[in-house]
Amino acid sequence: MAVQSETMKPPRSEVGLLGWLKKNLFSTWYNVLLTIFSAAFIYIVLRAVITWVVRDARWAVVTTNLRVFMIGRYPRDEAGRVLVSLGIIVLMTALTWVFRKAKGKPRRWLVIGWLLSFPLITILLRGFSRESPFLPLVSEDIWSGLLLTLVLAIVGILASFPLGVLLALGRRSKLPIIKVLCTMYIETIRGVPLISVLFMSQLMLPLFLPPEIRLGTVMRALTGMALFSAAYTAENVRGGLASIPIGQYEAARAVGLNEALVMGLIVLPQALRAVIPAIVGQFISLFKDTTLVVIVGLLDLLGIAKAVTAQKEFIGLHKEAYAFTAVIFFICCFTMSYTSRRLEQRLGVGER
Amino acid sequence: MQNENLNPTEDIIICRDVHKWFGDFHVLQGVNVTIKRGEVVVVCGPSGGGKSTFIRTINRLEEHQRGDIIVDGIELTSDLRNIHAIQREIGMVFQSFNLFPHLKVIDNVTLAPFWVRKWSKVEAVKVGMELLERVGIPEQADKYPGQLSGGQQQRVAIARALAMQPKIMLFDEPTSALDPEMIKEVLDVMVELARSGMTMIVVTHEMGFAKEVANRIIFFSDGNIVEQNTTEEFFLNPREARTKLFLSQILTH
Ligand SMILES: Nc1ncnc2c1ncn2[C@@H]1O[C@H](COP(=O)(O)OP(=O)(O)O)[C@@H](O)[C@H]1O
Ligand SMILES: [Mg+2]
Repeated sequence: MAVQSETMKPPRSEVGLLGWLKKNLFSTWYNVLLTIFSAAFIYIVLRAVITWVVRDARWAVVTTNLRVFMIGRYPRDEAGRVLVSLGIIVLMTALTWVFRKAKGKPRRWLVIGWLLSFPLITILLRGFSRESPFLPLVSEDIWSGLLLTLVLAIVGILASFPLGVLLALGRRSKLPIIKVLCTMYIETIRGVPLISVLFMSQLMLPLFLPPEIRLGTVMRALTGMALFSAAYTAENVRGGLASIPIGQYEAARAVGLNEALVMGLIVLPQALRAVIPAIVGQFISLFKDTTLVVIVGLLDLLGIAKAVTAQKEFIGLHKEAYAFTAVIFFICCFTMSYTSRRLEQRLGVGER
Repeated sequence: MQNENLNPTEDIIICRDVHKWFGDFHVLQGVNVTIKRGEVVVVCGPSGGGKSTFIRTINRLEEHQRGDIIVDGIELTSDLRNIHAIQREIGMVFQSFNLFPHLKVIDNVTLAPFWVRKWSKVEAVKVGMELLERVGIPEQADKYPGQLSGGQQQRVAIARALAMQPKIMLFDEPTSALDPEMIKEVLDVMVELARSGMTMIVVTHEMGFAKEVANRIIFFSDGNIVEQNTTEEFFLNPREARTKLFLSQILTH
């Protein structure tokens, strides 16, 4: 048997480029038809797109305004601070990639590095006070463009994730008050559109907060987005929690773990792993939803595209500006879903 | 077995008139039993009789609603400190293994000693590897539970329970979910453990195991102990009709 399968070659028609083409594209008459139609369709669309991109489009609207697209009204003289921040993120990402298989010390340093880089970048971007000679204040309310989009998305994700996990745990709590409050919160938020949450956070937050705390528009928008996204994260996490068999809780308690350790070491790691795809999907939609801040007067990447095409010299160049914006959004979202797929593979989701 | 001189701690588990209800269903109907240090007790009886519920009340996976349970001098009340103290002293092995699938075998074993007993990582791993040797699978330490056979998984589960150095081990049908060819490897580990002087309560229908190491057999049915006796007497002279019927059923196949 073994000898035979080693010496016998597969039939000629199954191998090579021609074999593949025949098997996959021209196997039956309707497959042949489908192939021809698809090819014609792709040809027409691609030709139109390429002609427009290389011949008709006037990319000057993008190239002249590149800085505006990226950082908007962030002062030109301080733009270096954004570059340094970007540098920090690129460096940390590269280090994370290099040490992705490492354990122990290097790993701990990576975590510390990431934890430090966030406050560092905040200080860099925002600066100290208006009079400060070193890193003068650039209020977040004038951040705009891709910078604002990224800040809204990243901070929104980072803030909503732990909040969502807490809400999910609260919804399963044995204490009735906590359970009811969390359930009410989640269901209320999920029952209203993001736009209204954004409006409400602009109008209502100042009423709830003590007068000493004055939040700017961006902070209020961020709070709204995080509160909104947390409710969805909570529902995803709840699905993950429900998928953990009772036997896991029992085994964990039987070896002597207390409630917190049962959750932190046994249940949550498995539950979160199970819902990575759903949560990343949620984050991708949060990222795209940042475009809605236009309605509270902020200029994110999409807002900038609109503003730029209102300039006299670029009037009527919407197509170019929006196409550019779309490409950036696509790159960001694709990166997220690609990273999540790699993460799933590494953590072995669905292997069990 | 090992501890013949009388002293007040000789009775390591005392159950007095233990009752439990699931809703209106009276699962445990006043169970009375004491178990001595070093004793190996086999619990058998028809399915649904409450055997699992009974041993799970001993380490508080189920709460009893009336009566007293005293384990190694500590009474099981709703006091969380007592509950954790008792859970630390009792190891449990489940029918369906319940290993932690996201952790490597060695991490399954060292988790509780590290986090609960506060041993150093090095110490926990050293003891963990010794235990994996004892159950015969040191070479599987770096695999995940999903990569192991059922018999191997159950042996890891035994090592995991032993890692907390418990005074008592509970087994709830540890071989019922295993393919026949793997039952022996698990029973061998349990026989060795019994001979080492561990106090064990084993719910099982493996009568060969019972005859080999059990000091006492408890026949459990309809929420209470119907009959209990030393191993020889239990098989030679069963007194109750229900016991005789049960024995005839399991001994014929
Ligand atoms: N969590 C539960 N809720 C309600 N009924 C239960 C629960 N666990 C067990 N029971 C019932 O209690 C009875 C005893 O179950 P169990 O202790 O598992 O018996 P055994 O282990 O002897 O087969 C069964 O009728 C079972 O259906
Ligand atoms: Mg049972």
